[in-house]
Amino acid sequence: MIKNVLLVGVGGQGTILTSKILSSGLVKLGYDVKMSEIHGMAQRGGSVTTQIRYGDKVYSPSICTGEADLVAAFEKVEAVRWLPQLKKGGTLIINDYEIYSLPVLIGKENYPDGILEDLQDRIKEVKVVDAAGIAERIGNIKTQNIVLLGALVKALGLEKLEWTELIKENVPAKLQGINLKAFQAGLGC
Amino acid sequence: MKRLMIGNEAIARGAYEAGATVATAYPGTPSTEIVSNFARNEGVYAEWSPNEKVAVEVAAGASIGGARTLVAMKHVGVNVAADPLYTFAYTGVTGGLVIVSADDPGMHSSQNEQDNRGYGRFAKIPVIEPSDSQEAKDFTKLAFDLSEQFDTPVMLRITTRLAHSQTLVEEGERLAIPLKEYKKDAPKYVMLPAFARSRHIEVEKRMQALAEYAETSELNRIEWNDPDLGIITSGVVYQYVKEALPEASVLKLGMTNPLPMGLIKEFASKVKRLVVIEELEPVIEEQIKAHGISCEGKELFTLLGEYSPELLETVFKGKKPGSYGLESQIPPRPPLLCPGCPHRGVFYTLNKMKLIVTGDIGCYTLGALSPLEGMDTCICMGSSIGASIGLEKARGEKFAKRLVAVIGDSTFVHSGITPLIDMVYNQGTSTVIILDNDTTAMTGHQDHPATGLTITKAPTKKLDIEALVKAVGIPNVRIVDPLNLPQLKEALEEELKRREPSVIIAKRPCVLINKQKTTDKYYVDSELCKGCKLCLKVGCTGVSFMDQEKVAVMNDNCAGCGLCPQVCTFDAIKRVEG
Repeated sequence: MIKNVLLVGVGGQGTILTSKILSSGLVKLGYDVKMSEIHGMAQRGGSVTTQIRYGDKVYSPSICTGEADLVAAFEKVEAVRWLPQLKKGGTLIINDYEIYSLPVLIGKENYPDGILEDLQDRIKEVKVVDAAGIAERIGNIKTQNIVLLGALVKALGLEKLEWTELIKENVPAKLQGINLKAFQAGLGC
Repeated sequence: MKRLMIGNEAIARGAYEAGATVATAYPGTPSTEIVSNFARNEGVYAEWSPNEKVAVEVAAGASIGGARTLVAMKHVGVNVAADPLYTFAYTGVTGGLVIVSADDPGMHSSQNEQDNRGYGRFAKIPVIEPSDSQEAKDFTKLAFDLSEQFDTPVMLRITTRLAHSQTLVEEGERLAIPLKEYKKDAPKYVMLPAFARSRHIEVEKRMQALAEYAETSELNRIEWNDPDLGIITSGVVYQYVKEALPEASVLKLGMTNPLPMGLIKEFASKVKRLVVIEELEPVIEEQIKAHGISCEGKELFTLLGEYSPELLETVFKGKKPGSYGLESQIPPRPPLLCPGCPHRGVFYTLNKMKLIVTGDIGCYTLGALSPLEGMDTCICMGSSIGASIGLEKARGEKFAKRLVAVIGDSTFVHSGITPLIDMVYNQGTSTVIILDNDTTAMTGHQDHPATGLTITKAPTKKLDIEALVKAVGIPNVRIVDPLNLPQLKEALEEELKRREPSVIIAKRPCVLINKQKTTDKYYVDSELCKGCKLCLKVGCTGVSFMDQEKVAVMNDNCAGCGLCPQVCTFDAIKRVEG
């Protein structure tokens, strides 16, 4: 059985770091893992995705349309943009957080209302996480990606692994404590 | 223990394990992480070269000097390096030499999607294509052996999907490969016509020997399944085949030049239907057909973009039932210059002055997009200056009064110097702006000759761009702050008037690496704001004017660069005092 996990967000939100920690954990659990990330021009404020596939034996590093078992959206509009990747019956984790792109900021386009309600209507398994709010309460909004990592680990049923060391290895020493708190908070979502 | 690595890191590891001691590159997505990773090893030499031609020449010298050498670049970089490459293919090597070509099907971050497997046939060098990170490491090691065994540079051809996908790799020990002896050998290394003629004979012999090797090499293998469908494929597309068509028999080619025609014939004879699946050009397919073997290929598959398991499933099995559709309209999220980016001031001004702008390759190519729209052309690295000369020669000196070439500092060093010499030599009169942000920003902030730091961040002699420009004979050179709009406009007006070439160096570090970052904050005085939206012309996410609002608003994205206050005619955007 292969599991497909898609992380989507906006350049600068830490989706790649989250994918890296999650992938390392999956390797420790003994899975074959492939993770695909595309860098380059899209990172300049653009929409970014990373794809993780794991199981006994994984071939393709990329996930087909409609085959993601789990989509973790770090931003609401990105959830909608990448929704066609989600498998029918799959789970959507969505950060209740908005980042306005330039066309929205200059009033050329509207940021849609009611995204959460619309998604909850259409999809059975939707988990809304206030990762930004949680991260802010903990003391650093930038840890919202680790809050989402916690939520991802829980949704994938991977709590049995000791994630603490992996998180410590991947964040700056002085931010280890706050990131571990963020992870715990995410697990509790 | 196995570890996840992107393909690029695995190639660096493979070169290290193979005992390579020299590596050269010019940064370019998706190849950059190969040599930046290699440089982290102890006891090796690595460099950012000024461009790919120099990188291959330095690598050739290192190989002639007896060292195993790696040289890496993006696909279009091989065009720059093609001259030394083609003739180094004649001389052959002393220490093994592997050249990595990182192609970009789908153009994630490139100006074209050329298929560099074509170089293998054209330059008569072997081409090897790994399909995951483990193979990237293993094939790199093997490529060094083949290079020395067959006395040839070897091309390792990868694509973005392999370069930037992490898959598991088992690390090995580094081989102790001694430096080979340096021997004078003019008939092999001095490519005078008489010597080159005899080397060409060796090249043809070598290609025959390699074709024989290909027949039994571990690089090429048949995986038998159902003989009703036989697939010939290479690179990461192999993974898509295994994913989408698990029932098919597969001939996986790890070496795509020269092809193992005997093996291909044998495979073809045992399968009912033969299909070649390769991204971009029909490199394998055409050669197979030329050998009289019938197969299907590009009549089923596109010449464009990246393939996927999904594409294969659609071609062979028809479309799957859909998943969730896009039911609502959502706003696009295009890439754009960062808040605080110094390039923004330049493109705002170029647009406002309605100038003709020949552009170049870098983050600043985004200056072509709305609302800045400050660029007319962008072809390849260094092309801005040459294109500007050509425009002037075609349309006359009056046209050049409105003509500006725009080029980044790293790109200028890469290939902007020779066209600037042409502008002086052949009496162009237009103006060149060098956008000097003190780094190679687009590819992730690599150093270059004008930053004064090497690939390992060690201090080195810093190239003085201003002195260089003066030395080639540009009579008018001035340095401006690209975020000081009046200064920039005045400089442009004065320099464009002259009947001589001018260079304006727009100097300010990239906002992402600027150590003297401003802490200035700005706000909009809603009394003074007339809602004219002029501030939106700078195309920055730091200032917003959303639907129901009557006035502009500064938001958290603002980097405090102070550009939009200069644009506001009502002085409504003010700095927070204190």
